[in-house]
Amino acid sequence: MAMATDVPKDGFRLSMLIYDTRYRSYTIQLVVLVLFALAVAWLLNNTVQNLAARGKEFNYAFLWQRAGYDIGQQLIPYTNDSTHFRALLVGLINTLVVAFLGCIFATILGVVVGVLRLSNNWLVSRLMTIYVETFRNVPLLLWILLSYVILSEVTPLPRDFRVTDEMEAAGEAPNASMILFDTVAVTNRGTNIPSPLFERGLGTLDLGFMTLNLTFWAVVAVIAGSVFVNRRILASARAAQAATGLRPVTWWKSILVLFAPVIALLVAMGFHLEIPELKGFNFAGGILVAHSFTALLIALTLYTAAFIAEIVRAGIQAISRGQSEAAFALGLRPNRTMSLIILPQALRVIIPPLISQYLNLTKNTSLGIAVSYLDLRGTLGGITLNQTGRELECMLLMMLIYLTISLSISTVMNLYNKSVQLKAR
Amino acid sequence: MKKSVFFGALAATTLVSGMALAGTLDDVKARGELLCGSNTGLTGFGNPDASGNWSGFDVDLCRAVAAAVLGDPNKVKFIPTTGETRFTALQSGEVDMLARNSTWTASRDSELALDFVAVNYYDGQGFMVKKDLGVSSAKELDGATVCIQTGTTTELNLADFFKQNNITYQPVTVADDSEAQRQYLAGACDAYTTDASGLAASRATMPDADNHIILPEIISKEPLGPVVRHGDNNWGDVVRWTYYALLIAEEKGITKDNVEEVLASSTDEEVKRLLGASGDMGAKFGLDNAAFKNAIAAVGNYGEIFSRNIGEGTTINLARGLNALWTQGGLQYAPPFR
Repeated sequence: MAMATDVPKDGFRLSMLIYDTRYRSYTIQLVVLVLFALAVAWLLNNTVQNLAARGKEFNYAFLWQRAGYDIGQQLIPYTNDSTHFRALLVGLINTLVVAFLGCIFATILGVVVGVLRLSNNWLVSRLMTIYVETFRNVPLLLWILLSYVILSEVTPLPRDFRVTDEMEAAGEAPNASMILFDTVAVTNRGTNIPSPLFERGLGTLDLGFMTLNLTFWAVVAVIAGSVFVNRRILASARAAQAATGLRPVTWWKSILVLFAPVIALLVAMGFHLEIPELKGFNFAGGILVAHSFTALLIALTLYTAAFIAEIVRAGIQAISRGQSEAAFALGLRPNRTMSLIILPQALRVIIPPLISQYLNLTKNTSLGIAVSYLDLRGTLGGITLNQTGRELECMLLMMLIYLTISLSISTVMNLYNKSVQLKAR
Repeated sequence: MKKSVFFGALAATTLVSGMALAGTLDDVKARGELLCGSNTGLTGFGNPDASGNWSGFDVDLCRAVAAAVLGDPNKVKFIPTTGETRFTALQSGEVDMLARNSTWTASRDSELALDFVAVNYYDGQGFMVKKDLGVSSAKELDGATVCIQTGTTTELNLADFFKQNNITYQPVTVADDSEAQRQYLAGACDAYTTDASGLAASRATMPDADNHIILPEIISKEPLGPVVRHGDNNWGDVVRWTYYALLIAEEKGITKDNVEEVLASSTDEEVKRLLGASGDMGAKFGLDNAAFKNAIAAVGNYGEIFSRNIGEGTTINLARGLNALWTQGGLQYAPPFR
């Protein structure tokens, strides 16, 4: 017995690194690591040498130079006097907005389509099959171009909205008119929607590196506070129900807490809408949602939703029939069975592939350049790159940013995945 | 040992990259073909026809260089480049020279490590609008939507122009000329801006050319010219002097048709040097002595190239204007050939 634990105490010899199985794997790994590091070093060195040979040095100082170009859609203040870095931020925000909205809409549409595809209604399920197969089998770029061309070719020109004096005298109507109580104008350039304005706004706060719009953040803070209080009310109602078996009436409290503070704040700040108006060549006032944005969002949503629908269908079909049969036996109706029994369990199967779809959608936003949507690819990887001639720096920075976005999305989704996983009890 | 292999490989790559940069002239001769970065398609300046034959004002310059270096104007491969890819294509050695409406600016000359060897067309940025828009000056474009090609100097000029005049605009950034035309014709933008020559070329291809006007304002200087890589001076000289040879030919009245006749009869020493009848000017560039004669015989002089491709009477219908010879009040001027 004692013999087995008694390892021979030979001295360590170099040859053991190759012939002794205890050390061999370390040797191999070390050699591979060194080779890999050399390969990376060679690539880097080669790049630096070639750049030096062309008289270009690698640096990011250009980010702080004046950009000098204009961007159509800007959600933070930007003029052509701003820096290239500011242009990068404008592009990044444009990317994030379309990716965020795209993920939300694609998820909603995808879940609905995925569930409907399993419907017993023959017509509904076949229609959904046609939708899924059409969208996921045609390249996304074509869908983006198609929706853009449709939006810009079938909508009227801004001047079609004009009512001249002669037309008024003759009692003629203009060729096109605004919709939704004359507040929204759809032209061949974009959709002009009313913008919120405040007579007594809270102004802005300058933090040096950025400015905060206090009015906007005040509204966000009040809404967040209302939601928090509402959750407390619901929680105490649940506690009361658990303790006494009777659920207190909460709906009027919820409505009051959710809406009264925001409405009060908006009235206090003098909230009103600015309606777009035809001035000169275009509609002025209000917010212009360019067709490039709308087309990109529509195409991304429809395309990704087709994939999500398949993921949802797979998730639902992974749940054994016994589950729904048991639910039916308990007297639950089909839609409650779906929302209470099937979907919560299906989420475990759905979420991991769903993360990839979110990542795909986010990366696919870079196709927006095809319809003149100036996202990160359009600003940093497009105009800035061209005007400064810093291809390598711009491309590396852009890759780093896309990588960061993707890793953040996947971290958040993995946390959510963990929270819905089956918990062993 | 591993280390020495590594450094050996490193030295080799450095050497190779160094060699690839120098000696474009030798590369072209060895290849037997000139790689010319051209426009993706701009009528009059560089455009392939239905059977893939390129023609145009910039294209002829490439043909002249090919004739000078290789003795045959058809030994050119035209590689279409967009506004975005053109300089990268040149820097990476994918093309030997660019001849595609590129504006000579200080930052391109310095920061991008390019050399603009000459100006073959003095241009300026203009605006095109539809006639029924009722606009007669670019200063009336307040609030207009403007289509603009990305990756060009025009983006910056446009921003400056509107700022100086204290008016606003909505930019629609498009990738190339054809997409800009599509959006402009569909009415997605009120005005289209690019170099005035490019506007004239675009208008020539429109089905209703008469319904579009080019506004009188020229908002920038756009000296367009052939580009080569920085640091390869010999090759730069070849392209530069091929171009100047075409200018001198016009000045001296040498044309495509009479070049042989002039060669035989001329007593003008500069003409004789240019055509290779005396001296060894061609050899000084590392070329055949008849190189510049070949270039002129292949495409004609500058005036012929101009009037054949973009001059009055063609669909583009551009006047010589600034591009007349200096003897006729223009800016085109060649240094003495001696």
